[in-house]
Amino acid sequence: MDNLSVEHLIGIRDLTKADIELIFSTADNFKQVINRPIKKVPSLRDITIANLFFENSTRTKLSFELAEKRLSADVINFSASGSSVSKGETLVDTVNNILSMKVDMVVMRHPNPGAAKFLSDRIGAKVVNAGDGTHEHPTQALLDAFTIREKFGSVEGKKVVIVGDILHSRVALSNILCLQKLGAEVMVCGPTTLIPKHIDKLGVKVSHNLRHALEWCDVANMLRIQLERQDIKYFPSLREYSMLFGLNKEILNSLSKEIVVMHPGPINRGVEITSDVADSKQSLILQQVENGVAIRMAVIYLLAAKIERQ
Amino acid sequence: MEKQVILNSKQFELTINRLCHQLIEIHGDFSSTILIGLQPRGIHVLTRLKERLENILGKEITCGNLDITFYRDDFRRREKPIIPSTTNINFSIENKNIVLIDDVLFTGRTIRSGLDALLAYGRPNRVELLTMIDRRFRRHLPIQADYVGKTVDSMISERVAVEWKEIEGEDKVLLLYTLEGNG
Repeated sequence: MDNLSVEHLIGIRDLTKADIELIFSTADNFKQVINRPIKKVPSLRDITIANLFFENSTRTKLSFELAEKRLSADVINFSASGSSVSKGETLVDTVNNILSMKVDMVVMRHPNPGAAKFLSDRIGAKVVNAGDGTHEHPTQALLDAFTIREKFGSVEGKKVVIVGDILHSRVALSNILCLQKLGAEVMVCGPTTLIPKHIDKLGVKVSHNLRHALEWCDVANMLRIQLERQDIKYFPSLREYSMLFGLNKEILNSLSKEIVVMHPGPINRGVEITSDVADSKQSLILQQVENGVAIRMAVIYLLAAKIERQ
Repeated sequence: MEKQVILNSKQFELTINRLCHQLIEIHGDFSSTILIGLQPRGIHVLTRLKERLENILGKEITCGNLDITFYRDDFRRREKPIIPSTTNINFSIENKNIVLIDDVLFTGRTIRSGLDALLAYGRPNRVELLTMIDRRFRRHLPIQADYVGKTVDSMISERVAVEWKEIEGEDKVLLLYTLEGNG
């Protein structure tokens, strides 16, 4: 296996286990590269990548941009705020205009689920989904699984609980699919209103009790409450949520075994996770960010290898 | 595919010994010299030289492996992407004398990539090149080796294969060719 089976990275759903393993082994090499004195390789000298962010982002945008620059690609950035999108231009028009500037790959974040798939069916460039609404966020899931693999040596057989706003989370869906493909067991945990109905059909366990979930798992992935996507009130107050589903040092220390804690960011300290947990030695949060660059380099490198030369 | 032995195992050993003594002549006790093998096949030359040199000098010699995949000039010009091997350079090359080591010097493109990859680790004092086989007159770039095991004049259609006891079962160098190719 030395080539991805997909032409675009739209979601984890499309990837095979072999694809994920190829991305990981390539990312291992890029992790070495970004820890060298000169953190750059010339592989993508002749590739231009457009980062289109129709939704706010700090980490993902910086991480993609850094990954692209460390592969020596030319990078153009676009954010929806302050652009012609507010003047009524459609997505395809916006992107086609950018593509006529000879762009080979598009990294896109968009508030609408399916936006990345929609785009990949209509344009010639490679598309990397950097998050489409509540659908998928594949590179986040890859870097989360990569971080677990790095910590434990393998993902297979590990028990991972995803805690929080599962209903609005693209990270949760991508993570569930990715971890299952790699042979991990997944549980979701949160208030009844924030767990999608029928999610057990995906083969995940469901719990509404944080302590019970934490006792079961090896890894706890804490998600943010996505207030910006919530059209109605799903729980009485953040204070109550935090009392029932927030991870604090007290619960962590009272568990029968030591678990590790992850968070895709941005953290709402004091809501889903307290500061002393986020900054503890059990937290892998900063490793996740570091691995994000290596994973994105690997994804871009492997997709770029499939771009035909003119 | 026809085969012709260019170096048999006896000549192979003599060549390795000679290369070691040539290296000692220039680099003395190797106090500021580092040997770096290019992945994948240069590593075998490196392992053999290191073993022999440490025997002769009675001290350990600093060595590393360098992978050049991301520095190649044929990315997207090949059918498949090349899967990288590991790089293992856990020391500073700043102001050191470096000997790059590979099995066959042919077009020179691998060495060009190797130089780029090496310089990502710092600024060495001097870089030399050692190759087991030099297929001369076939260069695409102005690159020459400082130490050569054996020089071979060959046709483009021919291949030179360096085989190792550890992998193929016997130390030898072969010239591979088809009769039509030479006709």
